[in-house]
Order: sequence, then C-alpha cells, then structure tokens
Amino acid sequence: MVLMPLAKLGRSGLNTLQRIGRAHLLLIACLFGSSELLWRPRLFTAQLFNIGVLSLLIVGISGLFVGMVLGLQGYYVLAQFGAAQSLGVMVATSLVRELGPVVTALLVAGRAGSALTAEIGLMKATEQLASLEMMAVDPVRRILTPRLFGGIVAMPLLAALFSAVGVLGGYFVGVGLLGVDDGAFWSQMQAKVDFQEDVVNGMIKSLVFGVLVTWIALFQGYESAPTAEGVSRATTRSVVHAALVVLGVDFVLTALMFGE
Amino acid sequence: MNKRYGIEVMVGIFMMLGVLALFFLAMQVSNLNLNAATEGYRVTAHFSNVGSIKARSPVTMAGVRIGQVEAVQFDKASYEAIVTLRINAGIDTIPVDTFANIFTSGLLGEQYLALSAGGSPDYLRDGDEITNTQSALVLEEMIGQFLFKKAQEGG
Repeated sequence: MVLMPLAKLGRSGLNTLQRIGRAHLLLIACLFGSSELLWRPRLFTAQLFNIGVLSLLIVGISGLFVGMVLGLQGYYVLAQFGAAQSLGVMVATSLVRELGPVVTALLVAGRAGSALTAEIGLMKATEQLASLEMMAVDPVRRILTPRLFGGIVAMPLLAALFSAVGVLGGYFVGVGLLGVDDGAFWSQMQAKVDFQEDVVNGMIKSLVFGVLVTWIALFQGYESAPTAEGVSRATTRSVVHAALVVLGVDFVLTALMFGE
Repeated sequence: MNKRYGIEVMVGIFMMLGVLALFFLAMQVSNLNLNAATEGYRVTAHFSNVGSIKARSPVTMAGVRIGQVEAVQFDKASYEAIVTLRINAGIDTIPVDTFANIFTSGLLGEQYLALSAGGSPDYLRDGDEITNTQSALVLEEMIGQFLFKKAQEGG
C-alpha cells in the first residue's frame, strides 16, 4: 500500500482540475446565455439593483474614510520632505490606480458576492433550480446570466464612485483640516494624473474584478452541496477565494499596466 | 408606481452616479482635455541641458501656469535639446526677447519652464523661437564645481 498517498494526491489534483474546468464551462454557458438579457432586461435591472444600488452606501462611506486616512497619512510623510502640496497627486493616484478597484472588489465580494452564493446555494438546496429545469427554463440563462452581468456592470461604476468620493475625502482632510493650498492640491493632481494611464487602467482593473468576483460567487453557489452546511461552506469559500483571486490578479494586472 | 418601477428608478440613479463619478475623475482629477491639441500657439527653445523637463511639464510666467511643454527632441546638429512649448491662446503679448529658464519647485519638486518677459515691442508668434535660454541646474555639476574650487583654494 505504498501507492495510497500517491493515489490521494492524484485524486485531489484531478478533482481541482475538474472544478476549474466546470467553472469555465459555467462562465461560457453564462456568456452564451446573454441574449436572454435582450428579451428580459428587467432580470438584469433587478440584479443591478441587488449588487450595485444596495452596495452604494458601504462603498461610498468606505471611500470617504479611505480618502480621509490617505490625506492624513500622506500629509505626515510628504510634510517631512516639504512636499505637502503634492498631497492631491498622492491621494488621487493611489485611489484611482489601486485602492479604488481593489477595495471596491473586496467590499462587493463581501457585501454582494456572499449574498449571491447563499441565494443560489439555497435555490439549489430547495430544488428551485431543478424545478426550473422541469419547466424547460434554463436556470443558467434565467438565474445566473443576469447576476453575472449585473456584477460586471456594477463593479466599475462602484469603483469610480469609491475613487471620486475618496478624492473628496482627501480634499476635506488635506485642504480643510491640514491647510494644504487649495489651488496646488487640484492643479498638481491634474498635472500628474493621466486619464489614459491612470483612470482608464483603473477602470479596466475593476471590470476584470467584476467578472472574477461574480463568477466565483455564482460558481460556488451552483456547485454547493445542497445542505445547510454545504451552503455555509460555499459562502465562506466564495468570499475567501474572491479576495485571494482579486489580490493575486491585481498584482499581475499592475505589473502588466504600470511595470516596465 | 409599483415596486418594479421604484427599482428601475434607483438603478437609473445608481448608473448616473457612477457615470458622474467617472466624469469627475476624468475632468477634475486627471488632465483629460478634449480640445487641448488645437488651442494656443507653439514656440520652440534650444537648451544645452533640459534636466528632467518632459512633455506636459508646466510653463509659467511670474509663477502662473500659462502653457505646457509639448515635446522635447534632440537636435543632432548642435547637440542641444529642442523644447516645443504650447502657450495658451489668451497669452499673446510675450516679447520676442523673453528669457526662458528651467527651475525646480522646491528642493525635490518637479522641474518647470519659467519665462521672464523681455522689453521688446514685438511679440512671439506661432512657430517663433526663444533665443535667450538658460539650462537646468544639475546639482551634481554644482557640487563638483564647488569641490573643485575648494580644492584649488586649499592647494
């Protein structure tokens, strides 16, 4: 029985590969089902409401506080070099390039991704998905596709809001509280932040994160064991995997976009 | 006014907010300027050393930004740098004998091109060249000269 551990290792490897394969098949099925959205746009609007509008408050408040903290900390470091007027550049660049897309993706994974997983897991556990299939309605097209596209559309909009509110938060702290010059704050920011290089790349990042976070949430829900324990595990995995994948992919995207 | 209508209104507001935020980032935070390429006029200046001046560096007069650097090229005949400046359209009374300096804002700040007005009654027009230029101060060169002088005094 020397081969037992080897067989175990091989089995887990095969299982992982199969899961990854099934996840990709699910994504392809969702994308092919996108024509459904043209006939039933209201399915899409409802999901945009669930993922986007309901995340608005947490994203806005987090953005404000992240921007304010950046203002405080950035001022402390920059003032040592006599460069406190570059505070606007520092706040805006770090928000638009990194913090906006990444923190929004983490927040949405926690706020909306977990809800998507639990919803679909429960639909599976209570055999709602099976009943849809009984009625010749494809559950992937009817249930998963609108959620996927809701996430893809909502994420860049939320990230833009996060960055914009964050810049205003940094402005309040820097100019209002710490006395950085108003004109220098904005003019240096406008001179140094590039639309193509910074804003557009940040938006591309958050679009990719939107696909990843909703895709992982949907797949975990769809694959969850149809029990209470299975749904709870799937929800945990959804948030953990989404956070890890977002941070890992962020590094790759940053290296591709901003690295030389 | 059923529930579905309310949801659609909220989604509409959400999408509008998102697009507005993007618009804010584009216009207020970054330097997106849709009619930037056409406005203003261009003048050139030769420098023997431009330091870290590059495209989009500010051009100022009396400390006020009046334009920006459009391009920095190398002239292989004279081994000098040719800097193309774009001056804002409203600023059309710059004398032809204006002096162009490269300064640094603060000790570690970015470099910018400062113009100080001359006394000529003729004004710079599109395509003209500023002939009075002073190169960027390179800190290492200055330290080198200082040390050299000290060594001479001591020796």
